[in-house]
Amino acid sequence: MTTETKYRVIGTRPVRPDGVDKVTGRAIYGADVVLPRMAHGKVLRSPHAHARILSVDTTQAEALAGVLAVICGRDMPAVSGMAAAGEGGDMNMRYASNNVMAHDKALYEGHAVAAVVATSPHIAKEALKLIKVEYEVLPPVIDVRKAMEPNAPILLEDLRTDTGGVKSETASNIAAHLIAEEGDIEKGFADAAVVVEREFTFQTVHQGYIEPHACAAEWRADGQITVWASTQGSFAVRQQCAAILQHPIGQLKVIPTEIGGGFGGKIPVYLEPIAAVLSRKAQRPVRMVMDRTEVLMATGPTPGAYIKVKMGADKNGNITAAQGYLAYEAGAYPDSFIGAGMTCLFAPYNLKNVRIDGFDVVVNKPSSTAYRAPGAPIAEFASETVLDEIAETLGIDRLAIRAQNSAKEGDWRPFGPPYTRIGHQECVAAAQASAHWNTPLVREGKDGKKRGRGVASGYWGNWDGISSCIGRLNPNGTVSLLEGSTDIGGSRASIAMQFAEAFGVTYEQVHPAVVDTDTVDYNDVTGGSRTTFGTGYAVYKLAKKMQGEIVGQLAGLWDVPAESITIDGSSYSSNGHSATITQLAKLFEENGIHINASITAKGSNLSGAFATHIVDVEVDEETGKVDIVRYTAIQDAGTAIHPSYVEGQMQGGVAQGIGWALSEGYVYDSEGHLKNATLLDYRMPTSLDVPPIETIIVEVPNPTHPYGVRGVGEVPIVPPCAAIANAIHDATGLRLRDLPMSPSRVWEALEKQ
Amino acid sequence: MAVQIASGKVAISATINGEPQTWLSEPRETLLEALRDRLGLTGCKEGCSNGNCGACNVVMDGRLVNTCCVLAVEAQESEITTVEGLGTPDGLIPLQKNFLEEAGLQCGVCTPGFLVATKALLDKNPNPTDDEIRWWLAGNLCRCTGYDKILNAIKKTIAETTTE
Ligand code: FES
Ligand code: FES
Repeated sequence: MTTETKYRVIGTRPVRPDGVDKVTGRAIYGADVVLPRMAHGKVLRSPHAHARILSVDTTQAEALAGVLAVICGRDMPAVSGMAAAGEGGDMNMRYASNNVMAHDKALYEGHAVAAVVATSPHIAKEALKLIKVEYEVLPPVIDVRKAMEPNAPILLEDLRTDTGGVKSETASNIAAHLIAEEGDIEKGFADAAVVVEREFTFQTVHQGYIEPHACAAEWRADGQITVWASTQGSFAVRQQCAAILQHPIGQLKVIPTEIGGGFGGKIPVYLEPIAAVLSRKAQRPVRMVMDRTEVLMATGPTPGAYIKVKMGADKNGNITAAQGYLAYEAGAYPDSFIGAGMTCLFAPYNLKNVRIDGFDVVVNKPSSTAYRAPGAPIAEFASETVLDEIAETLGIDRLAIRAQNSAKEGDWRPFGPPYTRIGHQECVAAAQASAHWNTPLVREGKDGKKRGRGVASGYWGNWDGISSCIGRLNPNGTVSLLEGSTDIGGSRASIAMQFAEAFGVTYEQVHPAVVDTDTVDYNDVTGGSRTTFGTGYAVYKLAKKMQGEIVGQLAGLWDVPAESITIDGSSYSSNGHSATITQLAKLFEENGIHINASITAKGSNLSGAFATHIVDVEVDEETGKVDIVRYTAIQDAGTAIHPSYVEGQMQGGVAQGIGWALSEGYVYDSEGHLKNATLLDYRMPTSLDVPPIETIIVEVPNPTHPYGVRGVGEVPIVPPCAAIANAIHDATGLRLRDLPMSPSRVWEALEKQ
Repeated sequence: MAVQIASGKVAISATINGEPQTWLSEPRETLLEALRDRLGLTGCKEGCSNGNCGACNVVMDGRLVNTCCVLAVEAQESEITTVEGLGTPDGLIPLQKNFLEEAGLQCGVCTPGFLVATKALLDKNPNPTDDEIRWWLAGNLCRCTGYDKILNAIKKTIAETTTE
């Protein structure tokens, strides 16, 4: 199932244009930016999870030799209003501003309360110790269900619960109660032969990008601010900085650096506005770099949650009704991607009777942000393990029950329009046909350890958004392709490939570059699995526009009607004239003609992506440790532009899913202190924890993209947790419903069995 | 011999990527900071600052080290190889070429550490098994790739060198 036959460039595996810089250590990431006269900023963070800030005394810190300036909440402008946050959502800028620097209340351990700029990072760190902050410590709320109780301590006094647009009268930690409904669940459950209802809990986890947040900023005397940022969206940084600094957006330029991973966590700004204010005060460019503990305590994470799921099916395994209750921890400020979690909860299946209640709840933890398919992995962990239990109860094959209930084109989905052409059925079919599924499981592993096999499906709703690009035909026939989409994992290659395909040139003739916000028009973030789809769509249109300009110019030069000119790959001909793009580029140069086009385009991506995963695990009953022994990921990519990069996304998502399933999770004490804010104690998978991951790319072309691209980045993190839990059940008989399924949890459950 | 000068800084001499270098560091500076901020060798990355990610790996006197856990003054008179010393843009070593061809990187921030660590392994053991590779690299975290394509790049390099 490859596209190699249909296309010239698409489906091949060229080396990425930024690759040599990255394997020789020359690529410039956020912390690598060096500017003349550069000073260094550091942040003082709250030691308390919930506290009122009574006073901040910076005099001693300011007096330390080498310190250039100190700021705290009162140095930040008062902010109101909203800004686009990516993935179609909006961000409350007052909350965003308070998150960047606490004004009157610290809402989580690690919340920024002051910052220092000094001539060296060491001096800045020393100065932090000299800042005196007086706190009134308040009781923290760190569990979503406790935060929802009527007498819970309130985090944000102005927060009212929004239920379908109606606001509650009194303050609450529940920011929103969303409801999605279809059909009649009572009738659906009455029709069921089997009904299973289960409860689940989830810890906060972090995106875990290896590059900590880093930026540099220079605020010049003329009011022009330049920000160098490691970010998923340079325009998102510009918008947020303009709002938080209350600065004219036209006087803000964001230069994206290379980005060392993001997974959704590098969309909000944390350091950038602080660096800008410090730069204005110090009158020098300022660089700021977080350490890992700051990253874990103050950025990212994905919501912890409580979920309850109830599903019913008739005796043949057809789902008759499904109900979900999702309470997500937004962290300090609202917005936990609860809506996305609700959309994804039962998304692989065609359901007639559904009700889902979702709650967005603030707690004294870092303000949550997107993490790869935000909201989906935990929601689908619940539904996919319940469905597994139904299949087991009814004695139906686990893939067969997924195939027979599969959603398809035209089916309902929460908050939807109905599905367009989707590929879940094809994924399940490919799983059924896979070598892995057809290889009998050997039930006994090393030293008598028990083995089991699990499967799960997953959905993520891929976004479209706006992309802008500029194309310039160079005199030697190559094309400079300037992009607004930041490149996290090879998008310069996958975008250049689509341009080359559409423009009729080779991949090597295209020179892509990610440029700053002054150079290219508005461009949404690299997120929502949108870049290969949306920026690919934009460069397709750009190529067609450039071809149109070439034809227009040629009509004049050749003195022929434009309609008579035909294009075949890189050759243009009409009426005895014929030339390749390389010859034309020279001809244009000789005649003073420049082919230079720009485009801003918004595709429409309503299709969504599906995946089905199969995993074999081995459980050590003495220690409770679970090892992954075989893994196969099956996914509908629509069309795989660069198959190696599609496989890489699938494998990377699986590895993160394995971490989420087995070892990752924030550990808090009762005071709301994070007890594992290092990479020793926050355990991400190593090369020993992840087996070789087999990949099967299914290609059901997306009808709304010229090459059928769907977007592949996020959905592979959705099935692993559920598939692994189902495999642990298959091995041991245990149904685990709390993540992570760490050795201690598994061992305890085995003891109780 | 360490020379402490009036500013409190220490003069350090070492051979880095084959070139003799002398610079000043504060006693509290890590080797990682010195390489990055004093010598401009920003191929060394800081991922965790406490020895848990391997992004800051270099080879120092034949040993693979996490430079975030080494003080700059400890590098006195040592020989150090960083990622910048492995190959040049027009003269990549096979391992670098294979990371590119096998898509062994996505964001690329872990890549310098993996390249240096793997080079250190292959210098000691030119023909390691898959298990030996995975054990050796357990100190290097990659959050993007799931390690599969990194292993492919390394195995391809081994296959090329052992058949040559
Ligand atoms: S930065 Fe040195 S091991 Fe992570
Ligand atoms: S490629 Fe991003 S951390 Fe390894």
